[in-house]
Amino acid sequence: MSVFTRGFHGRRRDDDGRLPPGQYLTDDFPVLSAGPTPEVPLDRWAFTIRTESGDEHAWSWAELTALPTESVTVDLHCVTRWSKLDTDWRGVSLDALLEDVETAADFALVHSYGGYTTNLPLEDLLDGRAWVAFEYDGEGLAAEHGGPARLLVPHLYLWKSAKWVRGLDLLLQDEPGFWEQLGYHDYGDPWREQRYQGD
Amino acid sequence: MLLERRTESPSARTLVLQVDEWAGHLPGQHVDVRLTAEDGYQTARSYSLAAPPDGDRLEITVQRADGGEVSPFLADDLEVGDRVELRGPLGGWFVWRPEDPGPVLLVAGGSGVVPLMAMIRARAGVSRAPFRLIYSVRTPEDRLYAAELRRRAAEDGGLDVSYVYTREAPADSPRPPGRIRADDLVTHGWPPDFEPTCFVCGPTPLVEAVAGLLVGWGHDPGRIRTERFGGS
Amino acid sequence: MTQTETGGPYDGNALAGPLAEVFALEVTAAVARCRGCGRSSPVATLAVYGPDPGLVGRCPGCADVLVRVVRTPDEVWLDLGGMSALRFSFPS
Repeated sequence: MSVFTRGFHGRRRDDDGRLPPGQYLTDDFPVLSAGPTPEVPLDRWAFTIRTESGDEHAWSWAELTALPTESVTVDLHCVTRWSKLDTDWRGVSLDALLEDVETAADFALVHSYGGYTTNLPLEDLLDGRAWVAFEYDGEGLAAEHGGPARLLVPHLYLWKSAKWVRGLDLLLQDEPGFWEQLGYHDYGDPWREQRYQGD
Repeated sequence: MLLERRTESPSARTLVLQVDEWAGHLPGQHVDVRLTAEDGYQTARSYSLAAPPDGDRLEITVQRADGGEVSPFLADDLEVGDRVELRGPLGGWFVWRPEDPGPVLLVAGGSGVVPLMAMIRARAGVSRAPFRLIYSVRTPEDRLYAAELRRRAAEDGGLDVSYVYTREAPADSPRPPGRIRADDLVTHGWPPDFEPTCFVCGPTPLVEAVAGLLVGWGHDPGRIRTERFGGS
Repeated sequence: MTQTETGGPYDGNALAGPLAEVFALEVTAAVARCRGCGRSSPVATLAVYGPDPGLVGRCPGCADVLVRVVRTPDEVWLDLGGMSALRFSFPS
């Protein structure tokens, strides 16, 4: 039973309908991390999709950045309650990367340099809802924000948008990633406030 | 419950809190302060205890961070008579026990001086262990406890205090402003063969740099205790 | 310690409060052995990231994850799998 602290309000929450429940608006771009910022030289960077049967599709940095890119403006919602609206990104759509991948899998486990993982349904990476993003706000994505490239899946909480992304495993069964193993939600819809397992 | 608030510097306040049934604590320990908003939102921050045990009274020194969620509230808005939830005492490694007779080197960066001040205050009248404090701050007005440290260096016996200014030094300072370096430690610290226990506290980059310098000088890493406050 | 409002990284002293809810004995002075590299380190010396969305304590030698803690509104989730041993001394 907690005691309310008189006069403490936390961050002000803005009620203009663009914020999911429990979020507050920020102009900053907070940096949260589970470990040191990885340093990935571009000549060794690769993005690899591995299917449930072990087939691999890989792109080097040069190959990835030669693909058609999209510029998108999206809202970001972090499970730690901050939201940042109208952020500009450029990247390659997962639809393009998954186009020639044959799979019966329903789930994806995303891997990052540095060891971070996160899971989500494969269909949430499709239909124009996810990118491998390498430019933010018109400039190359900074390392502290996940550069050289991160996953961007803005319709889910931002912990699903894995920084320093290096690839996906396509799986027949869902497998919890780094934070999902420790109580965070397997799906993570900010509009249904799915922060923790069981929400 | 907040009993009293004291100004320590333009950006820092000491809060004197009264706690029901406090069993005591060791200098160096901290408390976690948890704040709960009316809608149930909670957040917590750790604060080092600034003074040794004094019955049911605790002191913490809060440095106000611009745009911070908690520190401006504690430093400015919490009123005398208000209550906050706190948990502690916490921490059993970054502590100094007054029964230890050996020399002690204290290196502080900014608000990292708070737990070290608890050690200095606990030592007074109780221990003759030789203490040296090297306190790194940006400018002279950022110093916490300046007047008290001057008094204690004169009166407590066996306490030396020296300052390293990183941005702006007093006009008569022989040392130009700049980050703490090996020769600052050599000039104002204890050499390795004195086998001091070293307590280093402050922003993470300073703590790591100083710990590295002490080990490089020859101090036993097992005698170096660190506490990183995060940030830069 | 004092947590700055500009974020970490911290050290294992920051684990004292969150783990005080779980352990009867004080944890920052306990010694953890890394399952990856075998190094033994006081918990206070772990490189700690967080506290949001959770606390992650890493080996000061090899940076492997030794401990993770997440506090939800009604649960504490704790993973110590990165430690092959955790040694507490009884208070004297």
